[in-house]
Amino acid sequence: MLHVGLHHFLIVSAVLFSLGIYAVVTRKNAIMVLMGIELILNSANINFIAFSRFGNFGLGGQIMALFIIILAAAEAAIALAIVLNVYKTFANVDIDEINKLKE
Amino acid sequence: MFDQTIVTLSISSLLLPVFGFALIVLFNKRFPQIYKLGIGILLFGLASAITIMVIKFTQYLHNDIIFRFTWIDFGNIPGIGKTQIVLGVKIDNIATIMLFVVNLISSLVHIYSLEYMKGDSRFNRYYAYLGIFTFSMIGIVIADNLLMMYIFWELVGLSSYLLIGFWYEKKSASDAGKKAFLTNRVGDIGMLIGILILYTNYHTFTFDQIFHEISLGHIPFGSSGWLTATGILVFLGAVGKSAQFPLHVWLPDAMEGPTPVSALIHSATMVAAGVYLSLRIFPILTADAMLFIAVIGGFTSFLAASIALTQNDIKRVLAYSTVSQLGYMVMSVGVGAYTFAFFHLVTHAFFKSNLFLGSGSVIHAMHHEQDIRNMGGLRKKMPVTYTTFVISSLALSGIPLFSGFLSKDGILAGSLAFAHLTGHWLLPTFGFLVAMMTAFYMFRLIIIAFHGKPRNQEKYDHAHETPLVMTIPLIVLATLSLFFWFSPNPVSPESGWFLSKWVHTPQQVIPNESRYHFMINDNTVEQENAENSAPVMNSEEYEHAMHWAHIPTLTMSITLAGLGVLLAFLLYQWRVFDPDKWAEKLKPLYLFSLNKWYVDEFYAATFIGGTIGLSKLLSLFDKYVVDGIVNGTAFVTRGLSNISGVFDKYVVDGAVNGTAFLSGLLGLGFRKLQTGKIQTYIVLVVFSILILLLLI
Repeated sequence: MLHVGLHHFLIVSAVLFSLGIYAVVTRKNAIMVLMGIELILNSANINFIAFSRFGNFGLGGQIMALFIIILAAAEAAIALAIVLNVYKTFANVDIDEINKLKE
Repeated sequence: MFDQTIVTLSISSLLLPVFGFALIVLFNKRFPQIYKLGIGILLFGLASAITIMVIKFTQYLHNDIIFRFTWIDFGNIPGIGKTQIVLGVKIDNIATIMLFVVNLISSLVHIYSLEYMKGDSRFNRYYAYLGIFTFSMIGIVIADNLLMMYIFWELVGLSSYLLIGFWYEKKSASDAGKKAFLTNRVGDIGMLIGILILYTNYHTFTFDQIFHEISLGHIPFGSSGWLTATGILVFLGAVGKSAQFPLHVWLPDAMEGPTPVSALIHSATMVAAGVYLSLRIFPILTADAMLFIAVIGGFTSFLAASIALTQNDIKRVLAYSTVSQLGYMVMSVGVGAYTFAFFHLVTHAFFKSNLFLGSGSVIHAMHHEQDIRNMGGLRKKMPVTYTTFVISSLALSGIPLFSGFLSKDGILAGSLAFAHLTGHWLLPTFGFLVAMMTAFYMFRLIIIAFHGKPRNQEKYDHAHETPLVMTIPLIVLATLSLFFWFSPNPVSPESGWFLSKWVHTPQQVIPNESRYHFMINDNTVEQENAENSAPVMNSEEYEHAMHWAHIPTLTMSITLAGLGVLLAFLLYQWRVFDPDKWAEKLKPLYLFSLNKWYVDEFYAATFIGGTIGLSKLLSLFDKYVVDGIVNGTAFVTRGLSNISGVFDKYVVDGAVNGTAFLSGLLGLGFRKLQTGKIQTYIVLVVFSILILLLLI
């Protein structure tokens, strides 16, 4: 019987994190980048909960995960609002094109 | 018991006018009626002067009231000793009388000016200036030390300057103010040096202490020559202020000021301050100093009287007459007739201020016409002015029954007695000539201005008697020009209270060998109850000579004054002789007098021309030498800065620019790293972290 331990959780979390980073780094679309960020946040959540379950830290980890979920929701709301404004100004959401601040 | 009252009253009548001055100057915009404050203060001053006079002459006839306080205490200065400056007030008999004279005339002038200055744009300011003048004059009168006297002396000069130049829009008025101020300064330098000589020797400014030291035989620098020099130097202050030759030139020009000011300052009080100073220092005047003073005075009186003969401006005639009478007083101090000098100062103050106020009345009525050739016939239009003017002229001319006769006779007798004792016969000669000229020019003035037919019909028609505000001061002063105020006997002043009781010649304190033999006491009777009073001179020889001179003087002065009046009538009233023809016949003399002996021209050519020449020379020196040095320095500096400029440009700037260039070059390379793409940065961050993790 396969025993599911801390390592498994951490591996899933690491994979999820790498996928998030990959999305953030490679996607041209801002919304995709935001989705990448969500993946990273959720990989962190998995870490918190895993440590909370297998470690000896009490409920702190789970509470922190709840905070992160709320934070992610807020972040998404603000980020999407920004993306909407960017779209209004530049007529697209390609982050390579949005480089007016550089000049 | 009452001495505190006297001190309080005198100090408050000193300080209130300056307080009024400050209030008027500060608030004259907010309260246009504030000038009334000045009048009120002066009336208080007059009341306190009368009170002081009553108390002094009933309670303290032989005692001087002295109040002193330490103004500055420098402590013990090494090498000099204890040094402190003591100020004080000394109310002796002559100060009491002067306080009354100053306050009375000042009050009358304040009242008179209400009408005369009406409508002037600086009405309040005028009263403020009168206030500061009164303050400074009272300061001179009650000072008991030379320092305080000098301070107020300069303040009087300042207020005189302000009042002469009161109508400063007129160039002649502002010039006259400057002239008066500068001319006075020349005399004041002498006075200051004299005061400093005394202070160096005695470490005190107080008159009584200086006199006490000298009476103990401590003369300045141990030499009687220094004593003479000190007396003459301090007297130089009087030469300036009392307009004595050679510094008399400012007084006639001072007539540019408002006429009431001329009456108050330039005839009655301020110019008398010089005589007052000479009286104060009388105890230390040596025989040589006295002779010097007598000659200056005698010559001045002759010079001024001869100029007054031909002047046509009503105020100028009176101005030269003032100079002449001041010369009399100074001569009187010089010949030792101390009491008569002061006596004449008082009588002259009344009748001369009356003459000036009378001339102001005429000028006011004629709408600022001052040339007597445009007057004439005013007698009928202005009876009060005419009558008072004639009364004062009679007093000035020395006609019996009037005050001027008593005092002037005393001076002439004094000069005659002096000549009899020392052989200087020139002084009485001057004196008697002046007496005749005075009578002549005063009646010439009266006849031309008031008698005959009007010469300028238009102005004559507009002329009218001035209102009561102006005539009442005239009447008061004319009354004071009568004899009975001063002596019950109209021909001899000796029996009057003025000379027999109130004013005595102080004993000189200098060593006997420096004095005239007749100034030495041969009668060593001590004064009774003489606690505070200075010892009185008591020389039988001098008394004898005065007695001897009395009758000849009396007859001669009456004859000469009568001759002068007669001559004026012959020339100008009855036209027995034609004055124009006589002027033509004596043309050189006439022109010499009309042009005031060319003294102004002489000064313009020598002192003023010399000063201007010297300053031109100095300006050339400035231009070529001083400016040359400055420009040379500038040239050298420019050369040096050019060199350092080149260094800056190539070495310093090179280093700076080199650094900048290097930075730019580096920037060019590193700029490539900054793409501005956030994803690139993230890749870099992630890889950096991975590398770090691996390394750990």
